[in-house]
Amino acid sequence: MSKLTIPQEEIMSSGHLACQGCAGALAMRYMLKVFGKKTMLAVPACCWSVIDGPWPYSAVSVPLFHTAFETAAITASGLKAGLVAQGINDVNVVAWAGDGGTFDIGFQAISGAAERNDDILYVVYDNEAYMNTGIQRSSATPYGAWTTTTPANHPKDRPKKDLVEIIAAHRVPFVATASVAYPEDLIKKFEKAKNTKGFKLIHIFAPCPTGWKMAPELSIESARLAVQTRVFPVYEVENGVHYKLNINVKNPKPVGEYLKIQGRFRHLKEDDYKVIQENVDREWELLMRKVETFK
Amino acid sequence: MKKVILGDHAVSYGALLSRVQTIAAYPITPQTLIVERLSEMTANGELDAIFTKVESEHSAMASTVGSSAAGARAFTATSAQGLALMHEMLHWAAGARLPIVMANVNRAMAPGWTIWTDQNDSLSARDVGWMQVYCQNNQEVLDSIILGYKVSEQVDLPTMVILDAFVLSHTAEGVDIPDIKKVDEFLPPYKPEIKMDINDPRSFGALTSPDVYMEFRYKMQQAMDKAKKVIVEEGKKFGEMFGREYGLIEEYKTEDADTILIASATVASTARAVIDELREKGEKVGLVRIRVFRPFPTEEIIKVLEGRKKVVVIDRNISFGKTGIFFDEVKGAFYNSKGNKPPMFGYIAGLGGRDVTPKVIREIVEDALNKDKPESEIIWKGVKL
Repeated sequence: MSKLTIPQEEIMSSGHLACQGCAGALAMRYMLKVFGKKTMLAVPACCWSVIDGPWPYSAVSVPLFHTAFETAAITASGLKAGLVAQGINDVNVVAWAGDGGTFDIGFQAISGAAERNDDILYVVYDNEAYMNTGIQRSSATPYGAWTTTTPANHPKDRPKKDLVEIIAAHRVPFVATASVAYPEDLIKKFEKAKNTKGFKLIHIFAPCPTGWKMAPELSIESARLAVQTRVFPVYEVENGVHYKLNINVKNPKPVGEYLKIQGRFRHLKEDDYKVIQENVDREWELLMRKVETFK
Repeated sequence: MKKVILGDHAVSYGALLSRVQTIAAYPITPQTLIVERLSEMTANGELDAIFTKVESEHSAMASTVGSSAAGARAFTATSAQGLALMHEMLHWAAGARLPIVMANVNRAMAPGWTIWTDQNDSLSARDVGWMQVYCQNNQEVLDSIILGYKVSEQVDLPTMVILDAFVLSHTAEGVDIPDIKKVDEFLPPYKPEIKMDINDPRSFGALTSPDVYMEFRYKMQQAMDKAKKVIVEEGKKFGEMFGREYGLIEEYKTEDADTILIASATVASTARAVIDELREKGEKVGLVRIRVFRPFPTEEIIKVLEGRKKVVVIDRNISFGKTGIFFDEVKGAFYNSKGNKPPMFGYIAGLGGRDVTPKVIREIVEDALNKDKPESEIIWKGVKL
């Protein structure tokens, strides 16, 4: 395996407004390192609407267009069309959205852009709830989680929406999951996305210490445990049919190790852990079958 | 070149002659002919533009916003429900100060389902910061698209060019299609001072505190004020080059008129025949057509109405709980004027595409002529109850 280097250049500056331990900020830093300055961003309502800074500041030294909640994908497509129409073909346009703007309100526009195979990268930094508005549940919130709209005595009772499968069903060139706890894999995926024409989507697992009710220093650890417990498998799908598991987890840890460090799961009992473990095992099994069948 | 074309196709030709660079649109009756023709134009290379066939009108406007922000001349078209769906992004286009031009085919809002004309769709977007031009014939539709870009690109606000469903959209009229080279002279390529540019990276539309937000809105209003002048200037230049001059309002036989009829869009063009007819009978009536509704031609209206004996406004729209919207605005414009304030009669007619025939208009004017003052703020014409 060739040795991977992470580009030195910092295109995101340190004076941003993210909370301590924000994986969404870290993900942007990595993305910009790979994509470089020939990049434009479309950012809908999400934590990054704040993280980037109020007018007239910006924490990134690439053009950034703040847009409406449900329009990240199509604003990026529109930007790309506007550039190409002027003969500017060497600028990458990235839609950068949270899970609410992706799994919920922005879903239709993503499906449209994916179906048309618009030449953009869509990145969702998934912190599993509407964090910017104060921790309300989204359809990316996992089973059993507390949020301010799924209180502890009535936590979320449905599983997380399977975004990657839905996007893969559009038969787009590249869709992948990734984690800030595995930067080498993340960097490789950004590079692949940068060098692939058409619609790309990277679903980044992005812990939010504020919303998950845990210490900021547990951000990367929780992301790593999500992978090691198989809660969040790291894989990719090419052209909607070629599955590849990027991080194999041969000896998974029990899900409890991931759940117990987060306050949002504090109300869960042993029986709940069991239900979650069964769900995780079943989903992993399903994914492995796809990986083996559709190489 | 003179051609007999539908109003929708006049829009398509207007976009073609303006050399739009991007189009994003979603089909809705009666706008479909616009986008069908533009699809053909882009497919056969007549028009060098990228046409994104989006999955909703909301995305149509968002895509247009993106392309315009990137520095391209961007176009879209819609109608009624589609305009309502894109409402949020109408604010975005105006607030981002993007010189987008959009055609809106005036169609009544559901429910009940309807595809026929009235103005409640576009007038529901009255306060978003778009200029609004109401057209009376297919020629004006084509010309107003070109003029729309010429004005918008100087004041950094978008323009909505509005045409009546079916009465114009699906009606063939003789239209002079100007030579594109002449249009190029009138409308040079779009070169924004600020755009999404990797060599000059900025963030657009970032969080604005109460300390700065109001100033951005003040500047939008300043741009609207400037637009009033620019619309008239460019309308004159257009007249010099193409023989058809356009302004904020259009007067017809107003000079010695005691009674002024105010109307817009195709109701105004029909009303001209009624004015002639009534003049023959000895009635001193004249017509003011409000062409540009935003920015509102307050001073022009005061000037033409002051001292008249009666003013009659026909609205093909209604603000529920108030009155016809043009009536309301004309009255409002007049309140602080110093001169004599004539009594104003506000009629509602033609909602949901009911025909506003010469007979309907004549009856409205005669009704007003026969009364000293209006009995109520709304006078419904032709309600069958």
